[in-house]
Amino acid sequence: MERKKTKSRREFLVSSVRFGMVLALGGVGGLALKSATKDQWVWQIDPFKCSWCGRCATHCVLNPSAVKCVHAYELCGYCDLCGGYLIPGHSDRSTAAENQLCPTAAIERKFIEEPYYEYKINEDLCIGCAKCAEGCSAFGNGSLHLQIMHHICVNCNECAIARVCPSDAIIRVRGSEPYLMKGDFTADGE
Amino acid sequence: MKLIPLITVILLIYTAALPEDVLAQQRFPAPEFESGYELPDVVTPEPRALANEYADVFLLASFLLFTSWLVIKKRSRKWILWLSVFALLYFGFIRNGCICSVGSLQNMTLSLSDPVYAVSYTVIAFFMLPLIFSLAYGRVFCASACPLGVIQDLVIIRPAKVPLWVQKSLGMFPFVYLALAILYAATGTDFIICRYDPFVGIFRMGAEFHLVILGISFLLIGMFVGRPYCRFVCPYGALLKVTSLFSKRHLSITPAQCIKCRLCEDSCPFGAIEKPTPDKLVSKIKQRSGRFMLYAAVIPLLMLAFGLAFSSSHIFLARAHPDVYLAHLLINEPEVMQDTENLDVQTFLGSDRTMEELVDSAASIQATFRTGTWLAGAFIGLVAGLFIISQYIVRRRTVFEPNRGDCYSCGRCMEYCPVEK
Repeated sequence: MERKKTKSRREFLVSSVRFGMVLALGGVGGLALKSATKDQWVWQIDPFKCSWCGRCATHCVLNPSAVKCVHAYELCGYCDLCGGYLIPGHSDRSTAAENQLCPTAAIERKFIEEPYYEYKINEDLCIGCAKCAEGCSAFGNGSLHLQIMHHICVNCNECAIARVCPSDAIIRVRGSEPYLMKGDFTADGE
Repeated sequence: MKLIPLITVILLIYTAALPEDVLAQQRFPAPEFESGYELPDVVTPEPRALANEYADVFLLASFLLFTSWLVIKKRSRKWILWLSVFALLYFGFIRNGCICSVGSLQNMTLSLSDPVYAVSYTVIAFFMLPLIFSLAYGRVFCASACPLGVIQDLVIIRPAKVPLWVQKSLGMFPFVYLALAILYAATGTDFIICRYDPFVGIFRMGAEFHLVILGISFLLIGMFVGRPYCRFVCPYGALLKVTSLFSKRHLSITPAQCIKCRLCEDSCPFGAIEKPTPDKLVSKIKQRSGRFMLYAAVIPLLMLAFGLAFSSSHIFLARAHPDVYLAHLLINEPEVMQDTENLDVQTFLGSDRTMEELVDSAASIQATFRTGTWLAGAFIGLVAGLFIISQYIVRRRTVFEPNRGDCYSCGRCMEYCPVEK
């Protein structure tokens, strides 16, 4: 008889602790739900904060990095003398390799009409080093800038680049609006 | 409420893109083409569809449900094994490990501590589902839904018996890790669980060198010590251990009456099978109840001691936060300001942030860490105290039983049991 009594006391204790845990779990879940969103959150670079430090190329868990250069064409001046394409002090405004700033020759220069040239990023070659973005911002319109490409990005729980980004340019954005393209923002700002 | 993060993001972008910047950037006007040239489209591929994320949640829930059924009703080790292989392939190698329940713990913490940080429903589901199931049926998540656990389970070749005292004391580490992970996540410093995840590099077939080495070492050790990460490191496992201890139902070794044949005793690679209480100990139960009260009184002291010990290292721990690190660096070694190679320092010097703002931010983060380390220390003290007490609670056990906290419901023991239904 006594044996049975202690057993039921034990069972009572266990089930009350379990009940307490269910309540605690429900509480935590409920609190999190208050600020929760239907959307996924993905990582993206705020091009206006980016300081072109080059860590996107080296710190992504993927190799080559999921960060690529994108070109906001509506901002581009289609310059012949492009600060994003040509190294400073180049010998000639040509497509010659020794004149190119891009270490992987990922920018394709194409003549459109006098005096305009189109600059197009070859995504497969781009490593996200930001050299062109820096050059374009220093001498041009800043139309070349970095973005995280979401068909490559594995959406790590904590972005390895965000952790080392010196200007905190990598932020979480909603999966429904996953890009922070430069042209869109200036258009909004005007 | 839900709009707040979005608005902040938009506001941030607006302030960054105010006319000053725009004018500075538009040095050259957009050309007016005469050749009929049209601007090319910028290709911006969409991220993974929301439907796929929900499918993952559904898959996780069905895995947990199916495993629970296999563990409790069907009692089939073979099926659990196949299911776990499938989970490893899908959640590990196909989904590349993110998001997983283990890491979601940090997102949940940060969303509770930082009102601007929002989590998605998927993350909440990934965090809650395994815990709910473990309250009901034990650690079925570890058995065959967690890719980190399964990859270790599959490499077990010749598991050695870890001495009980080693196993029990190393088993305390997950709680320390849990406290640290919560501390770092809550202060927005870092997600240390993800950062030092030894297996995600294997799932992605590429990671930093030291992580690959860590992952391979865990797998090599795992051949001879069953699931070393789960048992001695995993912070989410610490939560599951506690919930599983109070689970409603749990895997039982025998389908009927235990015949004490001792066949199951060696089948468990994780030392999670409890033997029947020796008669010697049973007679001592009364004698020990006095000591129980003594140890219960010691708990607050332990909490205080651990709190004190932990909080004394709060400055050291806080230096993992970039602001604190930078402030310390600039104050203690002002010569780094001349170092043009130091990107962090140069970017800070080139930004609008003043030294005062940085120091203020660092000071407030350090203050948070002081409180946080006290709480974390007290938590560890509490766990240590409860652990010591649990060593003095002797249960009269007459049969072989799995330890509900340590058992991963892998089902090996069921396979060994000769008793038939």
